[in-house]
Amino acid sequence: MRELSLHLLDLARNSLEAGAASIDILVREDPARDELVITVADDGRGMDEEAVRRATDAFFTSRRTRKMGLGLALWRGTCERSGGGLEITSAPGAGTTVTGRLQLTHWDRPPLGDMGGVLQALACEAPAVHLRYRHEVGARHFDFDTRELQQELQEVPVCDPTVLHWLRGWVREELAEIGSQA
Amino acid sequence: MKTREELQALRERAKAALAVRDQQGGARVVIAMGTCGIAAGAREVMSSLLEELAQRGLSEVSVSQTGCKGLCDREPLVEVCTPGLPAVTYGAVNPQIMRRIVADHIVNGQVVAEYAIATGSEAE
Repeated sequence: MRELSLHLLDLARNSLEAGAASIDILVREDPARDELVITVADDGRGMDEEAVRRATDAFFTSRRTRKMGLGLALWRGTCERSGGGLEITSAPGAGTTVTGRLQLTHWDRPPLGDMGGVLQALACEAPAVHLRYRHEVGARHFDFDTRELQQELQEVPVCDPTVLHWLRGWVREELAEIGSQA
Repeated sequence: MKTREELQALRERAKAALAVRDQQGGARVVIAMGTCGIAAGAREVMSSLLEELAQRGLSEVSVSQTGCKGLCDREPLVEVCTPGLPAVTYGAVNPQIMRRIVADHIVNGQVVAEYAIATGSEAE
């Protein structure tokens, strides 16, 4: 994956597959600690201990169509190559939280990339899922919430192409506004 | 969140597009968005599709996603189904090709043969 945001999209799609009704994405740029923390938390069906233990094994998957599952394995590799690591907490019926920690200034850390494109793709696929995204840069932050957006849009669905096209540019502007360097 | 006025303007724009329902109703586009698709550029294809639909006011085209279809080396894969034509799967789609598929296939009913890798839906 060329961008961290592409891993994020992949993770959030796992959450949708797990039947999540809400997904919370947190990206925290902490220049003081030279750390970038990326968390995806969902209220999907969760995994048992064995599945959590094997989740980042490329040759483990819960699906039946084929024997591989690369998403979390790739994400762990990216975190570890960027001077950090990956942590997964989950329990059956209690959702899953995947937290990646990366060194903000690490040579091998890919750029965060197009977060607007990620939110656009998720809102398009699952407009009924309560999607929240918080991006912190030091003490500044940007909050995105599909439910609040839907309230403002009233009868226009959040998955309308006009809305989704606008959303991508808006997120880019807001992240520049809070000084995102990731 | 965004200022109320800006969202209001956006809502009016989207409503105006929704009001102009045209004959392209019923078209369906499915983008493969598994790990392989995402790594190959499916998100950028999706963005270009939404931009094209927004600019042409094609609000009624249904856009959805699917996972890995087992053809990872032909990603990004895009399936297009329009009324009266068999479903067409396009391979190695990029944003430029996606825009052409919207103009030629969805709007004008002409399959973009050079990028089509299969016809007929998996579901059929």
